[in-house]
Amino acid sequence: MKALDHSATALYDIPGPKTERRHKLYGLVSTLIVLGLVAWLLYLLFDTDQFTATKWTPFEYKGIQELLLRGLGNTLKAFAVSAVLSLALGTVLAVGRLSDHKPVRWLATLCVEFFRAMPVLVMIFFIYVALKVEPLPALVAGLTLYNGSVLAEVFRSGINSVERGQREAAYALGMRKTQVMAYVLVPQAVRAMLPAIISQLVVALKDTSLGYLITYEEFLHAGKLIASNLDYDLPFIPVVMVISPIYIGMCMLLSWFAQWVARRQRRNPKTEAADVAPAEPGTLLPGTQ
Amino acid sequence: MNVLTDNFSTYWKGFLGTVELTVYASVLALVLGFVMASFRVAPVGSFRAFGTAWVTVLRNTPLTLLFFAVLLGLPRFGLVLPFQLFAVLALGCYTSAFICEALRSGINTVPRGQGEAARSLGMTFGQTLTTVILPQAFRSVIPPVGSTLIALAKNSAIAGAFSVVELLGTYKTLSELGYNIIWTFVWIALGYLIITLAISALFNVLEKRWGVAR
Repeated sequence: MKALDHSATALYDIPGPKTERRHKLYGLVSTLIVLGLVAWLLYLLFDTDQFTATKWTPFEYKGIQELLLRGLGNTLKAFAVSAVLSLALGTVLAVGRLSDHKPVRWLATLCVEFFRAMPVLVMIFFIYVALKVEPLPALVAGLTLYNGSVLAEVFRSGINSVERGQREAAYALGMRKTQVMAYVLVPQAVRAMLPAIISQLVVALKDTSLGYLITYEEFLHAGKLIASNLDYDLPFIPVVMVISPIYIGMCMLLSWFAQWVARRQRRNPKTEAADVAPAEPGTLLPGTQ
Repeated sequence: MNVLTDNFSTYWKGFLGTVELTVYASVLALVLGFVMASFRVAPVGSFRAFGTAWVTVLRNTPLTLLFFAVLLGLPRFGLVLPFQLFAVLALGCYTSAFICEALRSGINTVPRGQGEAARSLGMTFGQTLTTVILPQAFRSVIPPVGSTLIALAKNSAIAGAFSVVELLGTYKTLSELGYNIIWTFVWIALGYLIITLAISALFNVLEKRWGVAR
């Protein structure tokens, strides 16, 4: 039997020989059903000529490979720029929210709440259509505003999760607030926050594909160009089959990296105590919490 | 300013489109999320594997890509459904992965002894899960499910960009009519705000009534 976490094993007894046989039967039947579905899908694909040579030849051409690579490069460029800017904006907003001055705190809170409440796409469209900004800066600005606000909350919860005694001790030693932050709180918080930050970057990476909707020439856009080519008999499905694994693979790698960091953190006695709220799954606004 | 009063019907149609999309996709996401969460804690290995694969793939798929594949791709190989239905499918399946994970974390909050007690009464896995564990898990996952559904409402904007009738989509019609684009967006933003605030208010009420006091 495979290793399970405790919650799962509490739900059922360790199966005896009879139950084991029954479970094997269920497993077999469900696998057959899934295989049947896959076979039906493959049949549909063959039936509609998705695997004919014409539809797959484009991927052999150098020009098309370059087009895809350029798209991928543009995706990564948008991701890198918005990741760096989000981290910067997140820091600024978190500092604002932790400020001792009421107006600053108030302004930062307003920013964070507003940008988390708006759909990212509406912000991107607003910047692109109403402010007439070029696609790349519009995409980056939208992603930065949204992810920066979410990251600000992650930073804040990270800093607040450092034990109170730490900050009290630092103040008692006569440090100023800046010193307490820079020497005591932030170094401890960053370690605890790292998994949550990386998970949020996965969201940013996924959302770069929104650039497709404002005609930014990223990966999906390159795919669309190839897919709508009549010369290759509209190879739409082949294009989806090629670009999806690459997109999903990139995001999965980053997710696994976040999980790996989180696992390491759990073993690390230095950060064990600090527990940071995880980044929200997907692109989302945590309502009123 | 008068964009709203002049074109109330356009806005109203878009607003209703967003609400409809959100409601249908939420129902689909909750049902699928429930099924997948049950799969992921099931004693049968292949069920667990299927649930894990579902969640891992969907959580790491950009929603735009999913819409692209479903709305523009499926018709190419013979599956023709109304655009709205495709959008509900894409949005619902995508969100179900997040609901599943929220529910699973809720299952973890139910004390182990409860499951053990249920088993010692002779309950089967299905009975333990549906009559003892899940009802309690539901109560503790009200806040995360709420924020997931708010995210769903916000994500429905992407459907509008793929020309499903929806709130964000109204900007195209109105800018063609020559209205001030900035005000158009202000009203669109307000529409989304109303929807997300309504969902979060609903979940606050639910939490007050059913939430676990800790």
